[in-house]
Amino acid sequence: MKSVPPSGPRSLQVEIVISELLRWGVYGSLLLLVVGTVVSFLHAGSYGSAGGSAADLHRLITSGATFPRTLSWLGHGLLQCQGQAIIVAGLLLLIATPVIRVLVSIIAFAREKDRAFVVITTVVFLLLMVSFALGKTG
Amino acid sequence: MTPLFFTLLVAAISLSAGVLGSLVGVGGGIIVVPALSLLLGVDIRHAIAASIISVIATSSGAASAYVRERITNIRLAMLLEIATAAGALTGACLAAYISGRWLFILFGMILSYTSWSMLQKKKTAAAVLPPDPMADSLRLHGSYYDRALGQEVTYRVARTKLGLAVSYVAGTVSGLLGIGGGVLKVPVMNLAMGIPIKVCTATSNFMIGVTAATSAAVYFMRGDVQPFVAAPVAVGVLLGAKLGSRLLGRLPNHVIRLAFVAVLLLSATQMLWKGLR
Repeated sequence: MKSVPPSGPRSLQVEIVISELLRWGVYGSLLLLVVGTVVSFLHAGSYGSAGGSAADLHRLITSGATFPRTLSWLGHGLLQCQGQAIIVAGLLLLIATPVIRVLVSIIAFAREKDRAFVVITTVVFLLLMVSFALGKTG
Repeated sequence: MTPLFFTLLVAAISLSAGVLGSLVGVGGGIIVVPALSLLLGVDIRHAIAASIISVIATSSGAASAYVRERITNIRLAMLLEIATAAGALTGACLAAYISGRWLFILFGMILSYTSWSMLQKKKTAAAVLPPDPMADSLRLHGSYYDRALGQEVTYRVARTKLGLAVSYVAGTVSGLLGIGGGVLKVPVMNLAMGIPIKVCTATSNFMIGVTAATSAAVYFMRGDVQPFVAAPVAVGVLLGAKLGSRLLGRLPNHVIRLAFVAVLLLSATQMLWKGLR
């Protein structure tokens, strides 16, 4: 008697893994972003008190200043439960999710012994790393 | 306007951008950037960085559902992503030598023509596709369950090499002009490669997030991502994209096609405006 293949059509495993990864990445970022925003408004700090004033808004959206983005700033802010640090963590998770998705699909294709797609996905990942390195310096 | 009102307003605008973007496979940049910079007076650097974040949010928010429902063709997405990523690198290198002005005019005209072709396709029946050994050996063909039709739709992929070439150009253009490549990838997948429109938008949606992630990381390192602006954009677009991903399967194909044509025309207008200004 012919046994039923365990995983259905090929690539189905890959699809489930990627789908779950995306789902949790999205929920994680949503949670951090919402909590961070609420904390920023509650702590009468950078966003101004009680929803802020027009002057607060003007300061927030027109300042051409770059935003502090060192890892030590992030770690320090998170320890102090600063709203903007929580938001930044959520944004970083959001940015990292598609890249992690490419990495995970390399592994998933490898487990399905789909060599052509292991190569294709690895090339995609390397190209992403190169353009990131170039963008950072350029 | 207070920061609280601003946050709620931006989230609402981004929600609609997320719904539209997830349906047509294009990042919400064409809505988010003008809304933030022209309507609300946000510094243009922060607006562009927030729009790159919105592209990722559109992609990730909807892709989970599309991948699970097998509307996304992952294999095709990964293959075309090579060409797009290589193109984006080329574009970034060429950006210093080529004036954006004429490219904006050129692509404004190309997009206008493309939107016209996309409208014509509605009338014609499915044309016979040439055989494609490359698509066969990489097993790019697929099928998905179309809720609106109530049946499984099986499709074959053709002209993979043309698809790779156009994806490369799309990547180069997005590197040069800072626009998303979805507006070019969806038409070529649909018109030349013979892929159903829903699979095209879902597959494009899957790809744009990967390409945008590296640009977003770069903007982030430069300090252009302002949390106050980016947070409501990301939350609104993520929720909108989740909503849109529920709709895509249920909406009939011609609605998706019309929505895409509308987005194409809007993009074409914005490009011609930038070029002629």
